[in-house]
Amino acid sequence: MTTTRMPVVKKTSEGCPRRNADAAQESSSPVIAAFKVFQQELDTKHDKHERLVKISRDVTIESKRTIFLLHRVTSVPNADNILKEAEVKLDAVRQKIGQIAEELRGEDIFQFHRAFTAGIQEYVEAVSFLHYIRDRSLISLEEINASLVFMRAEKVEPTGLAEAPQTGGQVLTFQVTPSDYLLGIADLTGELMRMCISSVGNGDIDTPFQLSQFLRQIHDGFSFIGNTGPYEVSKKLHTLRQSLGKVEDACYALRVRGSEIPKHMLADVFSSRTTLPEPEEGIV
Amino acid sequence: MSVTEMFSYIQGFLSADQDVREDIRKVVQGLEQTAREILTLLQSVHQPAGFKEIPSKSAKARELFCSVRTQLGELKTKFPVEQYYRFHEHWRFVLQRLAFLAAFVVYLETETLVVREEVAKILGIEVQREKGFHLDVEDYLAGVLIMASELSRLAVNSVTAGDYTRPLRISNFINELDSGFRLLNLKNDPLRKRYDGLKYDVKKIEEVVYDLSIRGLAKEAGDQAQ
Repeated sequence: MTTTRMPVVKKTSEGCPRRNADAAQESSSPVIAAFKVFQQELDTKHDKHERLVKISRDVTIESKRTIFLLHRVTSVPNADNILKEAEVKLDAVRQKIGQIAEELRGEDIFQFHRAFTAGIQEYVEAVSFLHYIRDRSLISLEEINASLVFMRAEKVEPTGLAEAPQTGGQVLTFQVTPSDYLLGIADLTGELMRMCISSVGNGDIDTPFQLSQFLRQIHDGFSFIGNTGPYEVSKKLHTLRQSLGKVEDACYALRVRGSEIPKHMLADVFSSRTTLPEPEEGIV
Repeated sequence: MSVTEMFSYIQGFLSADQDVREDIRKVVQGLEQTAREILTLLQSVHQPAGFKEIPSKSAKARELFCSVRTQLGELKTKFPVEQYYRFHEHWRFVLQRLAFLAAFVVYLETETLVVREEVAKILGIEVQREKGFHLDVEDYLAGVLIMASELSRLAVNSVTAGDYTRPLRISNFINELDSGFRLLNLKNDPLRKRYDGLKYDVKKIEEVVYDLSIRGLAKEAGDQAQ
């Protein structure tokens, strides 16, 4: 459009202004033509947003299922199978994130961030949970992003040749933002707290102490960041403090009463933060 | 990387982010000030005496837009160009305001709807995101809707000032605008809520036109409502 103005179509007929405006619409005035363009632009943007929301929902669901799966490591003798299965699941999630990266190709990722932030946070939670179980350490943002690199064929006509990926291949990446990473790790602490309680119930008295130390470090990290982070962090900090408290109480109880309470009763001891039963007399 | 190191890194990132936002806020404050000056200038057209001064006022407004162009030029330098939407919230309000003011100036000059490209030119920014700091289509539309409210007020005040033909022209204009907006598939977002206000502007102007026509006050040929 090179003109700077869009003349209102002059009415020659009588009738109310509304009817004349409809006539203008039928004759496709410049104003209407412009709005048709806006309609297309907005529709395209909304459609992309919706597609991203759908993919993000899948990412969330599969990540949550992986987390449920990983909780089982405390109750089975051989954790390796679970870890392998979880790795397979997370590979599938990564493929979904690849689809997100595909949709975002050429776009400003922040324009659509709200569509996929929930899924990405859930993925961070799952992948960092798996990493902790295997490594007893915190996965770094760099490590997460390093595994979110995808090979895609270029958007050209298919050549049908086997070596096409080498000549026409393109590297697509998805970068988790520090903010999403932070929020995912905040959620991780809740899962770690659950793992602590269930490991005590299963007679594992080493894990709680390791977890306590780890959680404390994470909590201190969040305290360091304070409210300079995204505002959701401040909300999650409250939950984090509760989780840390539960874990520290569990360690305290283990230390104080671990020798006198049978293992199968230890879990009951930690079911509530405020109530601790009286020690039973004469129990070995 | 230990937990402490990781959080240290994140803190560094967040701190840098805050610094950028502080810089942006300062420039946006300047823009808001200029926008207020332009608004004050243009508001005076609602006065009975103001109608005659429309050409000089819009010329003066155009001069003030020079400052806007400079300030937006400065804003562009405060962040990486490909992260427009990361910081968009900081200037969304003032940009919509400026779009409204540009549209209002053009309306006062020509009684037509300014196109998005012209608004971008007045502000010294792009229309397409790929080309640089741009005017988002939703911000342009929000500015147009703000202008619609201003015009419903102008219709009322032009009658008070004795101009009985302007409201009819405003009425045609707003109704065509309304037809345009009805083509859009809006989601339940701020733009939709703002658009919901347009029907009240339409109604208000219709009432003005009605008041004029039943009293036989609007006698211009071809603009008669009845």
